[in-house]
Amino acid sequence: MADQVLDVKGLNCPLPILRAKKALKDMATGSTLQVLATDPGAVKDFEAFCRTTGNELLESSNDNKVFSFVIKKTA
Amino acid sequence: MNAEANAKSMSMIVTKGSLDWAYPPFILSTTAAAMGLNVTMFFTFYGLTLLKKKLDLQVTTLGNPAMAMPMFGMHVGMPNIVSAIPGVDAAASVMMKNLIKRKGVASIEELRDTALDADVKMIACQMTMDLFEYTPDDLIEGPVLGGAATYIEEATKSDINLFI
Repeated sequence: MADQVLDVKGLNCPLPILRAKKALKDMATGSTLQVLATDPGAVKDFEAFCRTTGNELLESSNDNKVFSFVIKKTA
Repeated sequence: MNAEANAKSMSMIVTKGSLDWAYPPFILSTTAAAMGLNVTMFFTFYGLTLLKKKLDLQVTTLGNPAMAMPMFGMHVGMPNIVSAIPGVDAAASVMMKNLIKRKGVASIEELRDTALDADVKMIACQMTMDLFEYTPDDLIEGPVLGGAATYIEEATKSDINLFI
């Protein structure tokens, strides 16, 4: 279970990334954020976001058109 | 992920001020800032209108054959002769704004606020201010005034430079 859950269902690019970044900013290093999104573009985008920022993408899954990303704040 | 000294950087020249053309610069600048880049935006010519306090952005269908709006289950384009009729662009703008809201796409105001919060550096072109008779009072707070040299200095230090 992630430390914090962010629901961005229904929001389109780039809002899922922008909201996730905003949430991560206030979280402690080492804590985890789960993002729930419906934007299919978010799958590649969260991979790229994590690679570039140095945060760790622990999990990326798809359950009935809802995408779930678990990000560990490491940067 | 905070802006560090060795962070990558991006600069862009923003030259267009219609609703559709306002998206690429603000989407890219907010996303780049979220990914830790230092971002500079230089607003010149019609792009300068994107810094006005009150935005009233419009689209035009004129001379835009790729602009086909989803209507009645298909995509409908607008012949140029129809675009020229008064009210058509206003209707297209209302339609576009409704579409933006319905599809969960951010408003330009929201993206611009996000960019400001993320310390995206904005430069308003002084020459354009003079040319179109704008004063700093017409613009939001945050942008600095500058010219081509101010932009070029940023561009020489940037990893990515875009012209939009």
